[in-house]
Amino acid sequence: MRWSNIKYLVFRRVVQLGLLFLYAMGNYYGWRVLQGDLSASMLFTAIPLSDPFATLQILSTGVMVGTNVLVGALIISLFYGIVGGRAFCSWVCPVNMVTDLAAWLRRKLLIDKIGRKIWISRNIRYYVIVIALIVSAFSGMAVFEIVSPITILNRGVIFGFGAGAGLIVAIFLFDLFIVKNGWCGHICPLGGMHSLIGKNSVIRVKHNSDNCTLCMKCKEVCPEVQVLGMIGKRSEFVSLKECTNCGRCVDVCDDDALDFNLRNFIKNS
Amino acid sequence: MSEKAKKVTISSRRRFFTDVAYSGGLGLMGALLWGGYADKAKSSPLTLRPPAAVEEEDFLKLCIKCGLCAEACVNRPANIDKETGRAKPGTLKMAKAGDKVTIGTPFFTPRDVPCYMCDDIPCVVACPSGALDVEKVTNKETGELDFKMMNMGIAVVDTNSCIAYWGIQCDACYRACPLMDDAIKLVYDRNERTGKHAFLKPMVNMHSCTGCGLCELACVTEKAAIFVQPREIALGKPGDHYVKGWDKKDQQRVANRAESDLTTHDKRSEKKPEDYLNMGVEY
Repeated sequence: MRWSNIKYLVFRRVVQLGLLFLYAMGNYYGWRVLQGDLSASMLFTAIPLSDPFATLQILSTGVMVGTNVLVGALIISLFYGIVGGRAFCSWVCPVNMVTDLAAWLRRKLLIDKIGRKIWISRNIRYYVIVIALIVSAFSGMAVFEIVSPITILNRGVIFGFGAGAGLIVAIFLFDLFIVKNGWCGHICPLGGMHSLIGKNSVIRVKHNSDNCTLCMKCKEVCPEVQVLGMIGKRSEFVSLKECTNCGRCVDVCDDDALDFNLRNFIKNS
Repeated sequence: MSEKAKKVTISSRRRFFTDVAYSGGLGLMGALLWGGYADKAKSSPLTLRPPAAVEEEDFLKLCIKCGLCAEACVNRPANIDKETGRAKPGTLKMAKAGDKVTIGTPFFTPRDVPCYMCDDIPCVVACPSGALDVEKVTNKETGELDFKMMNMGIAVVDTNSCIAYWGIQCDACYRACPLMDDAIKLVYDRNERTGKHAFLKPMVNMHSCTGCGLCELACVTEKAAIFVQPREIALGKPGDHYVKGWDKKDQQRVANRAESDLTTHDKRSEKKPEDYLNMGVEY
């Protein structure tokens, strides 16, 4: 396997595991780099960071949340909104490693060829956002945060696992045997939130159809395969908001037809 | 042929209404299940929260489950084990599934690790969401943090199993208390059984006890005979009808009650006193 075929995959795993490591050290040894968890944290004890979706849920229960959380949510939204797009899902979120493993195993076990395909809408995540906010308002709690496998896995690494770890296994099995890319690509409302936040980001994958040999390796690995509609047809940016900027398509492409690029808004309009 | 085609064609209008009913129905089903689980996932009322926590209802709304309080607790300088150089287990734990506490929220179990009442109160200062309210532990006169205002719960003595109430000398809780002779006082009583010994009975002062739980940890009985409970659970409420007439401060408590609250109006007060006093107990 050539380095260029795994480059972004390796980068992503380094970032994901590195962040988990820093968070865990923040708790166990008091390292002052990254403290807290993915719901809210302090960077270098000075810069607050917080999950915009968790913040929205808290606000929808009808209370005013502390300034640090508000500022943190704003910083995160601006970063992904301007720069990263939906990169949280593939570069930060620890559940991505679980669902990527399920998707990889699914390909290796040829489950899509043997088993029955179950189709569910990829827009479920946006309905889940709305339902989460409404239920939060009625039950007086940020309700996604009590079932979120993202925070359960994240807190499990930082503070120790409990019975909630079963949920991570459940998601793995759901993605492996029921719906391909089921959790991250269909249901997860945090992914939906980050799609909405990052839809106008500058960093995007760009397709060059002149180089494309239509091998379709990119479509095989892409967790949000609908964003690659232009493959072999038009040379353009992957502009659908669900693209996670994971770079797997860039990795697997042997024909130099896909690469990261900066979106030029002035030229387009 | 054309008639047959007509039968299977679904008008866009019909499709629209079916789609709305479909997604609305599924959404409602999900919302009801989710809301039901959320209600079940609320903490047991016996949960002990970190210092300066806002009321439980608001706490569940505000807490973002980041664990910064628990990290501030475990990493405070005084918590380093001198032999290993590592942090000892902190007081605050982040709830996991099965703890009977809303998942991801901080709580503590005094019999395992009590709160050592740091005077810089790092856990409260670390909270980014306002679930732990610095105002609640700030002395209004001096503007400084005051650990005596922590208010996590209140210690309760089970006088049946406390060996000091048996007449055996034990003042473990009294000496463990960081507010010794204030939050726990010893009341001396004559032991009539022996005729020549004294009882040294620990009594908790509700105005000073912060609920840190050092007494619960120190208690020598197999299962602690003094233990911390949330104040809403352990304390009663005399109400406005009963006032300590000899205590100026207690009179202030009821100073603002409305004129209409002075007389009770219920089913019984419709009858004359001689009637309701003779009518016995209704079941």
